[in-house]
Amino acid sequence: MTPAFASLSDFFAMGGYAFYVWLAVILTLIPLFGLVLHTVLFRRRMLAEIRQRQSRERRIRAAKSKKTANEAGESV
Amino acid sequence: MWKWLHQWAKPERLYQLCGRLIPWFAVLGVGTLLLGWIWGFGFAPADYQQGNSFRIMYIHVPAAMWSMGVYASMAIAAFIGLVWQMKMADLVSAAMAPIGAVFTFIALVTGSAWGKPMWGTWWIWDARLTSELVLLFLYMGVIALYHSFDDRRTAGRAAGILILVGVVNLPIIHFSVQWWNTLHQGSSGILQQAIDPSMRTPLRWSILGYLLVFGALTLMRLRNLILFTERHRPWAIDVAQGGGKS
Repeated sequence: MTPAFASLSDFFAMGGYAFYVWLAVILTLIPLFGLVLHTVLFRRRMLAEIRQRQSRERRIRAAKSKKTANEAGESV
Repeated sequence: MWKWLHQWAKPERLYQLCGRLIPWFAVLGVGTLLLGWIWGFGFAPADYQQGNSFRIMYIHVPAAMWSMGVYASMAIAAFIGLVWQMKMADLVSAAMAPIGAVFTFIALVTGSAWGKPMWGTWWIWDARLTSELVLLFLYMGVIALYHSFDDRRTAGRAAGILILVGVVNLPIIHFSVQWWNTLHQGSSGILQQAIDPSMRTPLRWSILGYLLVFGALTLMRLRNLILFTERHRPWAIDVAQGGGKS
């Protein structure tokens, strides 16, 4: 298979259509990467939220059991 | 067969299946896409009429094809969700909508960047371009509608009805180049028969690459949505704590 362009600068020039071709390429890559980034960030944020909620519930439960233990101690 | 199908309707099983499939789709998709693009941009011969501007085809045509293909698969998922009340099917269509919107956006802007040097205009209100723009609005409407309900069941049903109504746009887009006069070139055949093999092979790789990338993104987003709707369940908390790997 032979390359369609003689040199790298020929490749970037795209036979005079550089602006349009690379504009199209950039406007393809940016939305695609944006979509991937959104998907990954959403996942990371959601996992962090679940962990946070979980540790908060554990603290509340711990505080409650301590309180009932104290009350039980006072009544004796 | 129904029993086999139904076990994948269980959120936890489906979540794990997604996790197992994502790496395959992602690696194959990116690899295929790069093969098609590098081949198409660096090695395919220049067009005798359009010069090197025709290389936009390798990003424009697959995006345009799958902007409709994604909509069709989203409609199938919405139909299953509406008829069989399958919760996971609603999530599948919700996962696909943003991907379809991005593909449609890519098809429109790359088409515009191709139209300027070839037709002398960025945009024209003809049937092909307008119906593709309507497709973008349909996707945006589906996403907005899905997010405007607090109850996921209602959201899925409302978005599903809009998706099914919007299916009428697909044949309009496809046949627009035959039914009306347009600047847009006609179809090169459903399997691109009218294109010379030296240009067609990289195009087919790009088409396959877009499809696999669509698959990978769908699985990633579906996995997120499953975890989000099940976030109060013990298994979801396990996953968040790092207990359930994958």
